[in-house]
Amino acid sequence: MGFGHIPFDVSHALAGGMLLMSFVLLYQRRVPGLIAALATQGGLLGLAALWQGWAQGAAGLYLTGLIALVAKAVLIPWALSTLVRRLGMHGSVQTALGIGPSMIAGVGLAALALVVALPVAAGGSALAQEDLAVALSVVLLGMLVMIARRNAIGQVVGLMSMENGLILAAVGVQGLPLLIELSTAALLLVLALVAGVFLTGIRERFDSLDVAFLEDHRGERR
Amino acid sequence: MGAILGVNEDSHPPVLILFTCLLAGLVVAGLAGALWPKAGRGVACVCLLAALGFVAIALFGLLRAPSAMVLPIGPPGQALSLVLDPLAAWFLLILGLSAAAASLYALADAAHAAPRVVAGFPLFVAGMALSLLAGDGVTLLLGFEAMSLASWVLVGYGHADAANRQAARLYLCFALLSGLCLAAALALWAASAGGIGLDVLRAAPPDGWRAAVILALVLAGAGSKAGLVPLHGWLPLAHPAAPGHVSALMSSAMVKVAIYVMARLLLDCAGPAQPLWWGVPLLALGAASAVLGALRAALEEDTKVILACSTIENVGLIVAALGLAAIFRAADLGALAALATGAALLHALAHSVFKAGLFLAAAAVLTGAGSRRLDSLGGLIHAMPATAACAGVLAAAAAALPPLSGFAGEWLLVQSLLAGWRIGPLPMQVGLAAAVALVGLAAALAAAAMVRLYGLVFLGRPRGPRSAAAREAPPLARAALIGCAGLTVLIGLAPGPLLRLAEEAVRTAVRQNIADQAQLFLLAPGGGATAYAAPLLALLLAAGIAALYLGMRRYSPAEPVLGPAWGCGFLPAPPELPFGDPLAQPSAAGFGQPLRRMLGSSVLGAREVVTMPEPGDPAPARLEAGFADPVFAGLLAPLAALRDWLADRAERLRDMSLRRCLSLSFGTLVALLALLAWLET
Repeated sequence: MGFGHIPFDVSHALAGGMLLMSFVLLYQRRVPGLIAALATQGGLLGLAALWQGWAQGAAGLYLTGLIALVAKAVLIPWALSTLVRRLGMHGSVQTALGIGPSMIAGVGLAALALVVALPVAAGGSALAQEDLAVALSVVLLGMLVMIARRNAIGQVVGLMSMENGLILAAVGVQGLPLLIELSTAALLLVLALVAGVFLTGIRERFDSLDVAFLEDHRGERR
Repeated sequence: MGAILGVNEDSHPPVLILFTCLLAGLVVAGLAGALWPKAGRGVACVCLLAALGFVAIALFGLLRAPSAMVLPIGPPGQALSLVLDPLAAWFLLILGLSAAAASLYALADAAHAAPRVVAGFPLFVAGMALSLLAGDGVTLLLGFEAMSLASWVLVGYGHADAANRQAARLYLCFALLSGLCLAAALALWAASAGGIGLDVLRAAPPDGWRAAVILALVLAGAGSKAGLVPLHGWLPLAHPAAPGHVSALMSSAMVKVAIYVMARLLLDCAGPAQPLWWGVPLLALGAASAVLGALRAALEEDTKVILACSTIENVGLIVAALGLAAIFRAADLGALAALATGAALLHALAHSVFKAGLFLAAAAVLTGAGSRRLDSLGGLIHAMPATAACAGVLAAAAAALPPLSGFAGEWLLVQSLLAGWRIGPLPMQVGLAAAVALVGLAAALAAAAMVRLYGLVFLGRPRGPRSAAAREAPPLARAALIGCAGLTVLIGLAPGPLLRLAEEAVRTAVRQNIADQAQLFLLAPGGGATAYAAPLLALLLAAGIAALYLGMRRYSPAEPVLGPAWGCGFLPAPPELPFGDPLAQPSAAGFGQPLRRMLGSSVLGAREVVTMPEPGDPAPARLEAGFADPVFAGLLAPLAALRDWLADRAERLRDMSLRRCLSLSFGTLVALLALLAWLET
């Protein structure tokens, strides 16, 4: 399987779309835009999982895809935007790292992921190799998003995006037990819950979502 | 695995199944002891039975063909395996004998044992047994770590005392260091050999830089457990901190497990193709340990610390013998290599028996006379005659007096050292000559230390009311002591048959035959130019003593009369000191003073400061004397400073902001990925 085969091309396109959305997350300054990009990435992940389920003939992946579509493309973005609306956070996100440097760093990370992942998965199919490389880039970019934002919402979005990358890597590998995927999904829901409580809490206390405010309130300062 | 080794076609040899059952029984006993602290007596009985079982298994292993078994448990892809071959069986014999004595003593005061001692002791024994019969590196490490952790629990039993807490902490640090070094050595070796089984390692001896690294790691790993200089700092603190019978087992069996690991990995598995320098670090560190340990033993003022330092000395002698065996083997002197190995094995057995007995005697003294300080004991031979008699035999063995057990091994070691003066280039010849001098010095110092220990504890007059009112040890404890003393005499009288018994163990270690140098009544190393006939010597000594006794009876018909002790020229003690003026008896420090002045200043940094008062000042003049082990100032203090510095650095990380924390982990991840990418190209 390689270029020119329909299963490969479609999954490649979906994974590439997810990577694209990671870059969108990296430069998007506005909170609603961030959430929309995250939702798009989640939707692409769901489609990728469904497509892999069809291509590998694995029924479990359909379930993964459906969960991703419902939870990541609809529920979590909806919950996040409700939260943002309630907290009145329509303004722009203060980035800690400029757009230009963060894009350059992102491109560098994607290149690093390709260099690392392609030889590691050399034994597997071309599809698994590309999938792994893209998934690793998505994970790294998600982490970069977390670092590049001062805002707690930005960090939550980065965390979710990282998790999307992990799921993408998982669906690309044949024969992953369903149990692991289900537990990952459950973990994600818990994460979303904790993040929501956390955001509400710091908003109520500091009247802002800038995590820098937290640093004056850490215990055991010397 | 049996088929792979070609040793025993039976894949489930009964002897190893029995061994597994004994291990399981010990573990169950440990758990039971943790749940029901009242079960101390039953747990000690189980330990005693298991120890006797180990002795039986060891004799079977020494006399029959090796057997192997794969256990149905273990990490993925690597089932644990057991191998009973003669080398392991010899050390299992050592473990069984010392554990039997220690369990018997534990049975004597099982009613007062702390729960953590009741629970930890069987696990400690099980860990040692497992590491001795391990058939692969994973099992070896598993047993070694179980031994370390269980003994750490036992060392920390007196945790109400800050000094004991510190000893336990230091012990844990060294145990971790030793585990890490051994794991690294085995991992490095297994990576080049393609497997972790001992037979796989044996088939692929290391060479080049890998051999040097493995030698250093095994020396650091097993050496820190055995108490080799310079990694001995924990031993004089931790061994005395444990309860009496545990100290006995730690000093007699645990250090032997570490020595077994050295013999197994560096002599047996590393194979005969190693270069001449392979044994030099062993010989050098062993000789240094022997001298330092003996010197400290002659200067310390606490019975158990003295015994622990004497353990360092004996470990040094055994390791020096192993190093000498490696040198002889590399120089293609097979018979001498076998002789040196035989010396190491024989002395390991002898030391384990007499040191276990001496520690038990020290524990009996602590229980009966209430102190471990030499300066508050004395004259116990009247109050505790049986203990004093047994301790006398054991101390004489520890002082390497013929015909007792300590002599044969040391004599064989010196004989093989004397035979090695033409090996290798000039520096090695000089080194071997120096090793002879150091071993002789260590033996003399050890004898001095034992004389001082026995004299101050058991002879003379009591130095306090508590030691005057001492009570004799309970019958079971006396039985343990008498057993150890009897075994010491037996081992001393029969070094030849014991070496014959160890013949296969020697062959396993160095692939050489020792049988023609050990006859039934005679040890005749190197073709019989010199020989040692222990039974004959014993007969001569007995005849001489009998003649002396009879002669005295014959020519001095008057009955002996007990008179008041001479006060060394001091005035009679005032009435408030019914046991005499303490100043009229030599103190521990006074007894050690000549040695401290002669050798202590250069080796142990001994100092004496005289503070004279100004003329006209009525204050007394003061003489302050003491010594400190250089390892504390030279090794442990810099390490502690490094630890504090690192902790200070790490503390700064905590003040970082959230984003910096994320950036740190992200940076680490990217750096690791970059490293991976670089390694792949």
